[in-house]
Amino acid sequence: MILFKKNYYISLGEKVMVSVYFFGGLFNLTFQTLSFIHGKPLGVRRIFEQAKKIGVDSLPIVSLVSFFIGMILALQTAYIMQKMSSEIYIASIVAVSLTRELGPVITALIVAGRCGAGITAELGTMTVTEQVDALATLGSNPIKYLVVPRYLSLTIMMPILTLFANAIGIFGGYLIGVYRLSIRSSLYMNMTFQTLVYKDIFTGLIKTIFFGMIIAIIACYEGLNVRGGAEGVGKATTRSVVNTFIMIIAADCFFTALFYIFWS
Amino acid sequence: MAMIELVDVSKNLGGKQVLDRMSLSVEEGETKVIIGRSGVGKSVTLKHIVRLLEPDAGEVRVDGKDVLSIKGKELNELHMQIGLVFQGGALFDSLTVGENVGFILYEHMSISQDEIGRRVRESLALVGLYGIENYMPADLSGGMKKRVALARAICTRPKIILYDEPTTGVDPITADAINLLIDELHDKLKVTSIVVTHDMRSAYKVADRIAMLYDGKIIAEGTPDEIRYSHNPYVHQFITGAAHGPITEGQSSIIKNID
Repeated sequence: MILFKKNYYISLGEKVMVSVYFFGGLFNLTFQTLSFIHGKPLGVRRIFEQAKKIGVDSLPIVSLVSFFIGMILALQTAYIMQKMSSEIYIASIVAVSLTRELGPVITALIVAGRCGAGITAELGTMTVTEQVDALATLGSNPIKYLVVPRYLSLTIMMPILTLFANAIGIFGGYLIGVYRLSIRSSLYMNMTFQTLVYKDIFTGLIKTIFFGMIIAIIACYEGLNVRGGAEGVGKATTRSVVNTFIMIIAADCFFTALFYIFWS
Repeated sequence: MAMIELVDVSKNLGGKQVLDRMSLSVEEGETKVIIGRSGVGKSVTLKHIVRLLEPDAGEVRVDGKDVLSIKGKELNELHMQIGLVFQGGALFDSLTVGENVGFILYEHMSISQDEIGRRVRESLALVGLYGIENYMPADLSGGMKKRVALARAICTRPKIILYDEPTTGVDPITADAINLLIDELHDKLKVTSIVVTHDMRSAYKVADRIAMLYDGKIIAEGTPDEIRYSHNPYVHQFITGAAHGPITEGQSSIIKNID
């Protein structure tokens, strides 16, 4: 029993230390990244390259998933609303749910899975093949060269992708509302835009800026700290996606509460 | 004056004392070869010189400057003076051969594209490669990658070149060609070099002096002939490649199992 307790406390202590080390590493990387952003030049070409990879190349999958989410949301809402003969509110619920919550979160999770994992795998491979060390010996700071363009691109592209996701999701809901639930097209549009206020859109978009930062920092941190060859890259990629998902949901909860308290 | 000087450098990595008050000095224009078993700290020594690693204790001086006290622009200038050829080449996968070789010129020097192109071709020619500027690293053989890595290291005409296992993983003929290349570059560019290797043929061929690293310290140093005929039992076991001897004593379970 005593042995069990001792082992338990040691194991708990180790987990706490790992977490402290992890968050310390994230803060350190964020601080260094911001200090490089402050000190120009930034390498605009590299930022555009990353913005294309992260933004333009993610657009098809983000659009497709948002389209389906919009349709699912309309159908699921209809299930309850039809019982209360309030189908007319489906448009409002779809629009508000998408812009305030689902659009930003779904986009962030897709980008984390698609681009975050890619960034960790790429930087991880560069680390184990000594390319990151080579960068440093060639006078280029790896954080400035590798992290800053990804950080800026993700921070800029996330709100843009979310705007597309919101619009396409609303269109998906519109198709179900008009062609399946027989709501008049003009009425659906009116209900969508009458209910939707700028605050709904902005609170969603503000969150995505932070989601972009979270994805970039965790993905780059895990990639730059890979140890142990191909297996290490695989483990780091998995860890990167899992940690990013958790942090996105936690940050979403935090910001929703914050906006609820200060902006309701 | 010594071009590179490590004084009482200690480094612990992952609980293992890799370097233990290790001292090494390389004179200007000299080619020093560091020999020793895998994992003994040879590459770690090189990484200290370019400050990829910082020692737990001790001093590292390059061209009279304390490497640990410099930062920012001065550190960049130091990196410009030193070319490091990594074991696996460490070429950037996403860039062409030409972009790899001219990386430092593209990133840090305001010179024209034509001038960069000329210097890239010149560096590639020095390592015996022609017309491969537009190839991707994935299209090259192991030996070619090493030579491109060498071309990248010499592109800024550094004062110092550090080679990490330059002949590992290539066939004997390519290995010999790389040895000749190291010699040629030494003669043409008048550089100070450190070559880390466990390939004794290569060590004898390129070295002005050879130092053996064991147990975190330099345990023997001398000219190739002095090392070849050394009476030090550790050196003798290493250069003859004997499975039994003082180096493997107490940690030779694998060797005993083979017996």
